[in-house]
Amino acid sequence: MRELIWLIPLIPLLSSVILMLAGSRLPRLMIGITGVGSVGLAALLTLTTGLNFMANPEPFQVTLWTWMQVGSFAPGVAFYFDGLTLVMMSVITGVGFLIHLFSTEFMERDESYARYFAYLNMFVAAMLVLVMADNLLLLYLGWEGVGVCSYLLVGFWYQNSANGQAARKAFIVTRIGDTAMALGLFLLFTELGTLDIQAMVGIANETWQVGDNVALIACLLLLAGAVGKSAQLPLHTWLPDAMAGPTPVSALIHAATMVTAGVYLIARTHGLFLLAPEAMMAVAIIGIATTLMAAFTALMQSDIKRILAYSTISQIGYMFLALGVGAWTAGIFHLMTHAFFKALLFLGSGAIIHCLHHEHNIFKMGGLRTRMPVTFWSFMIGSAALAALPMTSGFFSKDQILLQAYQMPGMGPWLWLAGLLGALLTAIYSFRLVFVVFFGAAKTEPDKDTGWRMAVPLTVLCGLSLIGGYFIIPVQDVFLAGSGDHPAHWVEYVSIAVPLVGVLLAYLIFHTGQLKVDGVVNSKVGQTLRQFWLSGWGIDWLYDRLFVRPYYAISGMLKSEPVDAVYGLIVAINQTFNHWLSRAQTGRMRWYIVSMVFGLVVLLTLALQISPEVL
Amino acid sequence: MDGLNIPLNHILLVSSLLFAIGMMGLMIRRNIIFILMSLEVMLNSAALAFVAAGAHWGQPDGQIVFMLILTVAAAEVAVGLGLVLQVQKRFKTLDMDHANRMRG
Repeated sequence: MRELIWLIPLIPLLSSVILMLAGSRLPRLMIGITGVGSVGLAALLTLTTGLNFMANPEPFQVTLWTWMQVGSFAPGVAFYFDGLTLVMMSVITGVGFLIHLFSTEFMERDESYARYFAYLNMFVAAMLVLVMADNLLLLYLGWEGVGVCSYLLVGFWYQNSANGQAARKAFIVTRIGDTAMALGLFLLFTELGTLDIQAMVGIANETWQVGDNVALIACLLLLAGAVGKSAQLPLHTWLPDAMAGPTPVSALIHAATMVTAGVYLIARTHGLFLLAPEAMMAVAIIGIATTLMAAFTALMQSDIKRILAYSTISQIGYMFLALGVGAWTAGIFHLMTHAFFKALLFLGSGAIIHCLHHEHNIFKMGGLRTRMPVTFWSFMIGSAALAALPMTSGFFSKDQILLQAYQMPGMGPWLWLAGLLGALLTAIYSFRLVFVVFFGAAKTEPDKDTGWRMAVPLTVLCGLSLIGGYFIIPVQDVFLAGSGDHPAHWVEYVSIAVPLVGVLLAYLIFHTGQLKVDGVVNSKVGQTLRQFWLSGWGIDWLYDRLFVRPYYAISGMLKSEPVDAVYGLIVAINQTFNHWLSRAQTGRMRWYIVSMVFGLVVLLTLALQISPEVL
Repeated sequence: MDGLNIPLNHILLVSSLLFAIGMMGLMIRRNIIFILMSLEVMLNSAALAFVAAGAHWGQPDGQIVFMLILTVAAAEVAVGLGLVLQVQKRFKTLDMDHANRMRG
């Protein structure tokens, strides 16, 4: 079984190729079976491999062939399997399968049904390569592969040029991070002589002392790649726009899997990050800053998918915080639970959008509680987990992150406080969503309820969001165990209480209306702040001024090719002379004769003036 | 040498006058036949100068060149008159300015 793990990414890849080549000739049912079945098969294989691994938890490696051999550089097409890989693969294939199933109903009326599944399958294959890769080069292949699929799927409805814009933005902004990451790989190879992750970390520990500058630079470059892919400050601007894609795509790529690739990368190379404490500090600070920024923004949005997008950015910020404080297990744990409840929320919003004539504005919804019960309960459970209410999956993972952040020496309590503020905001915005969309008076009537292909994935994800917190992820061999001691009990109690306060606030403000906030919101400061947060802290505006416009200005200047002006001048001079001289060519012989005679007279006179002795 | 002895300078003066007359005709006439006639006058003025110079120095070369010019002039007239006929046929006029097709 273990030697066959290469089948897991291969099956979705094959299915993708089949759908690309023959998709237009296959009946819709066949397309659905191929697209969903391949991922289902991959999920089953992952399950069997996982059970096998649990019985004998020994990491193993499968080398298929040597990719290329250039001097001492010989990366193999090789897969590495340990507890971390297992967790990631389970999330990708498991949640991926549910989202594929959901898609068959969501996309049933779409013309490009086969193209959709071809892209989605290719994404799953690339993401599996990313997490299974034994060396950083193969990881980079998967990394770029998921980037391409993300581009293709964000711009899936390409007839609308705004979607194309969003797709390009997603691709280009992540490309900035990817370039930094490529530089990081070059640096690591030059310094350590290998890109095989396990060997590399070993060599790094022998070569570098803790706090080595080269290690710091390498880690910061890897971090830049992670920041781009995981939509963290300052490269997060692409994710809200990426919501232009179909909603199941947002669930799979922009919530559950691809955007967490950065978290995976840092967790996988944590051996390097341990050598660079400053880099880890940067990870933590980026994480907590992103968490707060995105949470404030999410509080102001009215587009249901944008709320969830900013919430995703915010939750990945928590994962970065966890990685930054060295709580690797908690970070990966939150990655997993987040994949469950955020996929649930996105699929729930997809169901709403599907049944409400593609309505995205939450203030045009309302009263959906009785009309779409399955979706309502999905959202309740998803929001509860997102807000980290006790006993839901999000509670266990977020609680661990906050407690471990508190224990960090130095600025730990501050990180903890900021994290608590983020948790409070998370609770408010997630339950604002629930109260506005599902309670109150109905504003738009759904024209249908969800079918079984939507209801089943929602139900399963509901279950996972509830009990996911009790899973024990098998990563104890991957990461060093943290310090076992617990902080004071009051810290724990406060962490539990804060989300509840947030839900209560949301209830009072958005449901009963007992807490009047209109006065604050409508004041001058409130309005300014609201606009500021609504626009995502003006970061898009800033980038537009800083990068996009100067770039356009420069390209506008270069469009007229200033260097060519020199050659243009020569051409212009020649043309002027040509114009003058060609006017002398009248074709009238008398004119020629007259000018010849006249010229002769002039020349003779001149010659005689100069040398009269000729006469 | 017997007979009339005309000074060379006088002959050269006549030759120059003939050349100038021919040149003026070339410059101001528009009819192609007159242009050809002006050309003949110019050729003959040159021939006269050759003959006079040959006689002055007692050399036969001047007369030989005169024969050459005579032949060239005959050939030129033959070709020129052919052209005149064609011009008349094509343009229904002998005015050279109207036969101009260039757009310079």
